[in-house]
Amino acid sequence: MNAATELPTINVEEKLFQNRYRVDAGRPHIAVRNAEACLACDAKPCTVCCPAGCWRVEDGGKIDLVVDGCLECGTCRLVCDHDNVDWNYPRGGFGILFKFG
Amino acid sequence: MEKFDVIVVGAGPSGNAAAYTLAKAGVNVLQLERGESPGTKNVQGAILYAHALEEIIPDFRDSAPLERHVAEQRMWMMDEASVCTGMTHRDARFSTPPYNRYTIIRARFDRWFSAKVKEAGALVICETTVSELLRDAQGRVVGVRTEREHGDILADCVILADGANALLGSRAGLRREIKAEDMALVAKEVLFLPKETIDARFNISGDEGVVIELAGNVTHGMVGTGFLYTNKDSISIGIGCMLGDMKRQTITPYQLLEGLKRHTAVRPLIEGAEMKEYSAHLIPEGGLKALPQLYGDGWLVVGDSAGFVNGIHREGSNLAMTSGRLAAESLVALKAAGKPFDARHLAEYKRRLDDSVIIADLKKYADVPDFLHNKPHILDVYPRLLGNAAHEMFMVDGQSKRAKQQKIYAELKSRRSLLGLLGDAYHFWRAFR
Repeated sequence: MNAATELPTINVEEKLFQNRYRVDAGRPHIAVRNAEACLACDAKPCTVCCPAGCWRVEDGGKIDLVVDGCLECGTCRLVCDHDNVDWNYPRGGFGILFKFG
Repeated sequence: MEKFDVIVVGAGPSGNAAAYTLAKAGVNVLQLERGESPGTKNVQGAILYAHALEEIIPDFRDSAPLERHVAEQRMWMMDEASVCTGMTHRDARFSTPPYNRYTIIRARFDRWFSAKVKEAGALVICETTVSELLRDAQGRVVGVRTEREHGDILADCVILADGANALLGSRAGLRREIKAEDMALVAKEVLFLPKETIDARFNISGDEGVVIELAGNVTHGMVGTGFLYTNKDSISIGIGCMLGDMKRQTITPYQLLEGLKRHTAVRPLIEGAEMKEYSAHLIPEGGLKALPQLYGDGWLVVGDSAGFVNGIHREGSNLAMTSGRLAAESLVALKAAGKPFDARHLAEYKRRLDDSVIIADLKKYADVPDFLHNKPHILDVYPRLLGNAAHEMFMVDGQSKRAKQQKIYAELKSRRSLLGLLGDAYHFWRAFR
């Protein structure tokens, strides 16, 4: 490594704040199938790879999933080694509404 | 229950190309899109390659919302923060109409394309998510199920233009599930600046534009690249890495993007810009070896859903449009000949793909995904060596040029053995020839 490069800590909510969403309140389009499996998962790649920071680790290793800021990319479904993500597109018209895309 | 000749699922470039071509030929076509309007779910860099669209709508330049034509291409090899070694290609031929490539803003472009589809006579229904394919007792695809009440709709053929996640085909068991190792995740922002500022910073005028492709350690050792494209009064900037790499490390996509934005070669270009949207998207980069089954009884798959992306040349939307057109033309030809849309006859689509630039280019680079997967240092060691070699040679400090050359060679040898170097060169040649 040439220079020890510190990557900044980013508050992704500030980025998501610029986006337009129509949240389907009470009907999240992504769900954890089995919370126990997440507790037993050491790597928790969903918490690193989700570009919207929807997946967070709580104290004790529990996963907290809030899909309101979801960009609907599908990453969490693919990086989960335990096939533990029940992933659907939101109902028609709901979710992210890209202004530019 | 309503019945159509063809249902197209999705209103991105492939779905629009297919629906437009079918409707123009008088086929009774229904197109379903889950977004509020076409484009609201779609993300791209975005470069529009004129050729693929010209074959569908020859006079598109008269009405399509185009940002700038690409007058200059830069390729930059970067480290994480402060070194950039690059190449610029500017050729007045690229600024002579008809232009070959344009930057576009997808939400605007897709809305325009969809209006053309409607004009051509297709029925386009938005805000409708297709949840699954309808099959008959023999397993033939006979329509789609939407989440709406009485939402089952029948068709002789369903074109899957449902995007990179390819949920419909996987859920129906028509293909194997996509894998993280074959997909790249891109995070992107659209940054607004006055047109004059962009013109001055990029040395362009009028509707000239610049595209910059970025490689090297901006991806922190992961296989991936970045990009920076000039629109009229905004800049699209993004960075993408293979998901298989990303899941094995701890840097988030937004940290990667922020690192790129703070790179000393990038920061002055975007200084003071207003960020108005943050997006992310998957790109199927597995190439030829990752292609799924492309047709079957009553169905065809096109665009990202089929995995038609040439990652090396950053082409995807053009291949999407071409595949959508070829799918539609195959159906039109079969219909005219009175042939059913079963697997045996839909093989016509595969024949047309095999004769097209899509499969030809995917074949050429079939070994590249494996090459990069097995030799990720290619994107790490060599850009760094190149940067250091340039620094050594450009730094005038009283040392002889021969001494500098020896220093560069010594660093090269310390990073890669002679055998390693030869091996890299050989495998590079094998993968790219």
